[in-house]
Amino acid sequence: MSACDGCLRRSWLVGSLSASIEQAISGLPAARSRELLGLTDEHLAEAVGGDDSAAFLHRARTRDAGRLRTAIQGARVWAACRHDPLYPASLRDLSDAPAILFGRGDPKHLERLGEPAVTVVGTRRPSSYGREIAFSLGWELGAAGVPVISGMANGVDSRAHEGALQARGFTVAVLGSGPDVPSPAGRARLHERIADDGLVLSELPPGTNPRRWTFPARNRIMAALGRMTVVVEGRARSGSLITSSMAEDLGRDVGAVPGRVGNPVAEGTNQLLADGAHVIRGGRDVLDALLGPGQRSCGAPVGESLEPELASALEAVDRGAATGDEVARASGLAAGAALSALVRLELAGLVICDGAGRYERSVAAAGSRGGPSG
Amino acid sequence: MLAMARTFSLIGIDAEPVFAEVDVARGLPSFAIVGLPDTAVRESRERVRAALVNSGFDFPMQRIITNLAPADLPKVGPGFDLAIAAGVLASSGQIPKPFLDTTAFAGELALDGTIRPVPGALAMAEAARRQGHARIAVARQDSGQAALVDGVDVVALDHVSKLPDLAAGSIEPLARSAISEAPAPAGPDLCDLKGQPALRRALEIVAAGGHSLLLVGPPGAGKTLAARRLPSIMPALTRSEALEVIRIAGAGTAGGSTKEGAGSRPFRAPHHTASGRALIGGGSPPRPGEVTRAHRGVLFLDELGEFRRDAIEALREPLEEGRVTLSRARRSIELPCRFTLVAASNPCPCGHGQGSGACECPPTAVARYEAKLSGALADRIDVFVGVAQPPADAMAGDGGEASAEVRPRVEAARKLQHERLGEARSNSDMTPGETRSLCPPDPAAEAALRDGHERLGLSGRGWDRVLRVARTIADLDSAERIDEAHISEALGLRRRSLS
Repeated sequence: MSACDGCLRRSWLVGSLSASIEQAISGLPAARSRELLGLTDEHLAEAVGGDDSAAFLHRARTRDAGRLRTAIQGARVWAACRHDPLYPASLRDLSDAPAILFGRGDPKHLERLGEPAVTVVGTRRPSSYGREIAFSLGWELGAAGVPVISGMANGVDSRAHEGALQARGFTVAVLGSGPDVPSPAGRARLHERIADDGLVLSELPPGTNPRRWTFPARNRIMAALGRMTVVVEGRARSGSLITSSMAEDLGRDVGAVPGRVGNPVAEGTNQLLADGAHVIRGGRDVLDALLGPGQRSCGAPVGESLEPELASALEAVDRGAATGDEVARASGLAAGAALSALVRLELAGLVICDGAGRYERSVAAAGSRGGPSG
Repeated sequence: MLAMARTFSLIGIDAEPVFAEVDVARGLPSFAIVGLPDTAVRESRERVRAALVNSGFDFPMQRIITNLAPADLPKVGPGFDLAIAAGVLASSGQIPKPFLDTTAFAGELALDGTIRPVPGALAMAEAARRQGHARIAVARQDSGQAALVDGVDVVALDHVSKLPDLAAGSIEPLARSAISEAPAPAGPDLCDLKGQPALRRALEIVAAGGHSLLLVGPPGAGKTLAARRLPSIMPALTRSEALEVIRIAGAGTAGGSTKEGAGSRPFRAPHHTASGRALIGGGSPPRPGEVTRAHRGVLFLDELGEFRRDAIEALREPLEEGRVTLSRARRSIELPCRFTLVAASNPCPCGHGQGSGACECPPTAVARYEAKLSGALADRIDVFVGVAQPPADAMAGDGGEASAEVRPRVEAARKLQHERLGEARSNSDMTPGETRSLCPPDPAAEAALRDGHERLGLSGRGWDRVLRVARTIADLDSAERIDEAHISEALGLRRRSLS
């Protein structure tokens, strides 16, 4: 695993022009940064460097590659350039493939990106339903041995990573900052866990801070790495939809989780479904679409009878009762008995409860047993 | 000639004896007050002079010195007027002097001689009994409160011109006023809470065990409505508890009546901009804060997440100790504050809740909000309830049980706690040691608790809390042992993380 001098210089040119690129596309959709990343060094410097472009170019061309390598090592990061055999083949489908992938974690894991992988994306502010689906998708795919790729953002991305980690699966975070810079800043702990068990990747040199344009740019990497991109929840014009349309352009499969009609966070995903995306109800659907029906399984079905009180409470939850009040009303149980039944169902992993005391059928438990809880 | 009248200075919620010594001597006419008087006391001169003259007495055209002793005790407020007037009259020979030895006075004078009420009448009557005075003369508005005290005669005076009658013994003391044995609980009734059985159940558990409560739900879901109804299902106060409550309320306002709600459990809802000092008490001389005013009742903190961090932090010790100690340079006083804490919060800054899909709050804002909620008070809150808007058909339907139906169950559960823990204690103030030794769960319940510990991420402290709440649920059930249903219900009332 190595990086040649030319690729190193190119990466550092992009890194050092980061602020200028941000300026150049200010006022434009951030996705337009792709047009810049496809340019040659000369044209890129000219396009965003302004009067200093010649100086930028000169500095980039004369950078001491040895010092760059020292900087990479100093940041406890490795680099694999596009001439390296470990460089993921799937990225070569991109016209603007990154010169180098910088990464944290065991670089041997890069080989696993040759297997069919799934990219899970979605809104940073999911509903509790979205949070749970994201977690259980991550868990089921991780448990089934499928690499789970996401962007470590708050909300859906983080939940997908956490699910995969809990299932001891393989998960890859692609960042919009240097691989040593956890972004968002509050996810340092998750960043560490992913680097320990999976991979943290980025095209930006170590130490680069995230910018508005770097997120759509990393989305193209996520879209390329996954054989399928699944959107869990997304608003009508969101970054998740940018990723899924990039995936479609690359000829990858796109799936979406159906959401409640009228809920703004499900608008984007329901539109994808209307446009013909795969319907994703759980890990099972992803595996069938990815590997062919029934090729790989996840989890075992539920098959046990419940006490009458628990059964009537569960039935009430299935009919849409969420709070202790609603379950008591719908099931006809006394308030204390209803709450007690809900907790026993929670302990059995059949329902989950959010921070505001609202209960829902656990998605994993609806199709499989012994599934995730988190 | 020298005369001495007895009166009191209110410090916190207690009255300290003060002697008003009045000396009328020959010399240039003057009227001076010495002995750490504040402005209101110094102005007493003008009120006393005008009141006496306007009531037909002679105001001695001599050199009058009034000394308020002990000299190092700060004297605040207009409550010394009546004693000073009595001292002036006695030392100028207009009323007999010996009568001052057995009577204490507390009242403010109007310029026409009318006697106005003062704060702390009950505390002053208690102090008069402690000091061995035979009787205390107070304003008519204060007399009902003062007459609650045994062992001292209370005389209601309307006007300073009645002083000679009082000295002659022609004014009868009031009959002792009684607190009715089961005072109708003041405030709204539980029957207004419709279609929220889980919330009712939580209120009943909180009332039975004295636990603190956190209500989380969107605006308009009924959090405040529910909190206001908690005092109505709490056990009736005993006579001595009711006297404490009246004494605290009376220390804040003059002429506190014994009617309408006096002696029932207080409900205090300070606004979320309240400072730590407003909550805890303070000032010089120290005055009781919201925690003391909520003594034996409910302290309701609406929008807990909006309270100032230092204010919430300051609540920790009073919650734990049941009293606050206010130390000042001159003296330190101790105020009682055994209250039930009820807090309410939105699930996130915008109020919709993270899980609803309608929430527009950035994750960092939710995390900050959560951190504030879980900071200081989280480990003091036993019962957590999510509150949602009840459906329309429930709102239109009949109300549920009234407070009067719920209260006997609460009182029966409290009685079991008193037998187990001793008088005036409840499950919420069991120590961790008592929790483990007095709340043994049966084997199935213990298994459920272990399961909760592993699967639901219950902390060690959370474990004790669940046991305490389960004990209360078992008490409501009149059950000896805690069983699985009790434990699982208590687990359902544990605190959860919002994000």
